[in-house]
Amino acid sequence: MALSVIEKKHLTDFVNRLIATQPAVIGPVRKGSKLVFGPLSQAQDLVLDYVTTILPPKKYLLPPQETLIRFKLGPSLELEPVIENTPRIILGVHPCDLRGIWSLDQAFGDDTVDTHYTARRRATTLIGVDCHPDESCFCTSVGSQRPEAGTFDLFLTDVGSAYVVEIGSERGRQLLERYAQTREATANDLALQQRFWREKEAAMQAHLNGDVHLLPLLLDSQRQSDTWKELGNKCLSCGNCNLVCPTCYCFDVGDLMQLNLTDGERVRQWDGCTLTDFAVVAGGHNFRRQTESRVRHRYYRKFQYLMLRYGKPFCTGCGRCTRSCLVHINPPDTLNALIAASEKEEA
Amino acid sequence: MSTPMALRTESPYLSTPATVTAVRSITAKEKLFDIRLPGGPLGHLPGQFVSVSAFGYGEAPISIASSPTAGDHFQLCVRNVGNVTAALHQLEPGSSVGIRGPFGRGFPIEQLRGHDLLIVAGGLGLAPLRSLIQYAIDRRQEFRQITLLIGARTPSELLFRDEYAAWQRQLVGEILVTVDRGDDQWSGHVGVITTLFPNLTLDAKATMAVIVGPPVMYRFALAEAFSKGIPESQVYVSLERRMKCGVGKCGHCQLNGVYVCQKGPVFSYTELAGMEEAWG
Repeated sequence: MALSVIEKKHLTDFVNRLIATQPAVIGPVRKGSKLVFGPLSQAQDLVLDYVTTILPPKKYLLPPQETLIRFKLGPSLELEPVIENTPRIILGVHPCDLRGIWSLDQAFGDDTVDTHYTARRRATTLIGVDCHPDESCFCTSVGSQRPEAGTFDLFLTDVGSAYVVEIGSERGRQLLERYAQTREATANDLALQQRFWREKEAAMQAHLNGDVHLLPLLLDSQRQSDTWKELGNKCLSCGNCNLVCPTCYCFDVGDLMQLNLTDGERVRQWDGCTLTDFAVVAGGHNFRRQTESRVRHRYYRKFQYLMLRYGKPFCTGCGRCTRSCLVHINPPDTLNALIAASEKEEA
Repeated sequence: MSTPMALRTESPYLSTPATVTAVRSITAKEKLFDIRLPGGPLGHLPGQFVSVSAFGYGEAPISIASSPTAGDHFQLCVRNVGNVTAALHQLEPGSSVGIRGPFGRGFPIEQLRGHDLLIVAGGLGLAPLRSLIQYAIDRRQEFRQITLLIGARTPSELLFRDEYAAWQRQLVGEILVTVDRGDDQWSGHVGVITTLFPNLTLDAKATMAVIVGPPVMYRFALAEAFSKGIPESQVYVSLERRMKCGVGKCGHCQLNGVYVCQKGPVFSYTELAGMEEAWG
């Protein structure tokens, strides 16, 4: 991995140059007491030392609502796909959210390619930054505490007065070369980078009490677990967990018409598998009528179905669902209950 | 970074405009549409489905009700049950609809060949099965004895009723029809579809059963098929689910670990063994 170092005083210049020269630069900015990913108009708005944002940067790759097709009704039906690929730089992406984007890349890039997603993704440059956890983070339990090669263009680690920069792509290298004042990394920089990693892992409070890679197998034996009943009794089916999740990508599709009743759009919107009507078919039959079956489905998606398909858990340990759940349902507690039940059965 | 990149303008969600060439009401709730694509036949297999767009209203997954052996056009039997299907019901010959597909895995023709067929159709399940029935008529010599069980709630809800006599003649097979409740004119069998099983004489080991109907029917119809001695590996079903994309992305049609739009809608019973979400 190619490395470089940017002094903090030079980072501001780098970001301002990106803002001045690039079509769109996005990063974590304050919104009341929280942080959100939003457009940057000046480097001083960028917050790089933060715990989490309300929504992951997914919203720039899979917008909450997007037009897939524009159409015009008339003697001959006119249809035009809408593929949006405005170049964007997203700054300040944490390792968990890089894993989230990797997950979406798998889901939209395999088999039938979702060109609406992949066009936007290819036009996106990702500049990550390392972070320290709060009590909801559990990235070390799902293996996303460090960014993997191929999932970022540049990645920054705070080493005091400077950032160590990992260069993850040719695109990232060019940006750095063209717009940033850098110096070579010293042994001291690397020691400080490693200390950052150690401190991050040591600060993690939430954990899975088992190897995440064993979960697909473990879940096979836990479909009828009482845990699902308990969660079903608590869950409000509000969909918050789906909404804030960096790997949730289920969507609904519908048509919007202009008032002229001739021009219209086919749009997709985020949907959520914990919402009551997610599996309802025309005629009204609900294939997941019980709350517990929907909560269970969500966990099986993350830790079995998609995990087996793509090789990594479809949970990034970002803790957003933990923070946003009104009744305190969270992956570590849920999975630890299943792990404990399974160990008890084996004993 | 404004690196130029090859822009793919095609979208997996883009339909092909097709023309409705004929419309006929077959019950109070169902209409049969003849549809022609500009580029020729749809190229489907019996049991597959398409996503049909009524632009301005949306898109719905509809099973194909005609055999690929029927020529350039294909047919869709549409129940008026939601916004999109209500809009489709307003269409007249000459109208445009959008078609995506065909999608999914159809009936296992290769496995069915050379066997006796027991076809069990509950309600709207006859729509996809009609593609198989027509196929079997056109390739009659590929199959052995064919038995068809058809059930509906009432006589007026029986689909394709005017075709049964011709099917019976062309299939040289047995067709048994039942309704849950009769009416003044009904002189046929009354009872749920499982009541047709006791009188069947089947060469169970040589029989492939294909069962399609509403969720509530499967548990009972499957039990009857197994009690006749048909091996589990010779029973196929076609499952309905909510579908928004047809290409394994939107997440709606998933049951346990499988996407019905990709691995289904037709499954062998053994493929679904242990998947409790299969039976609704």
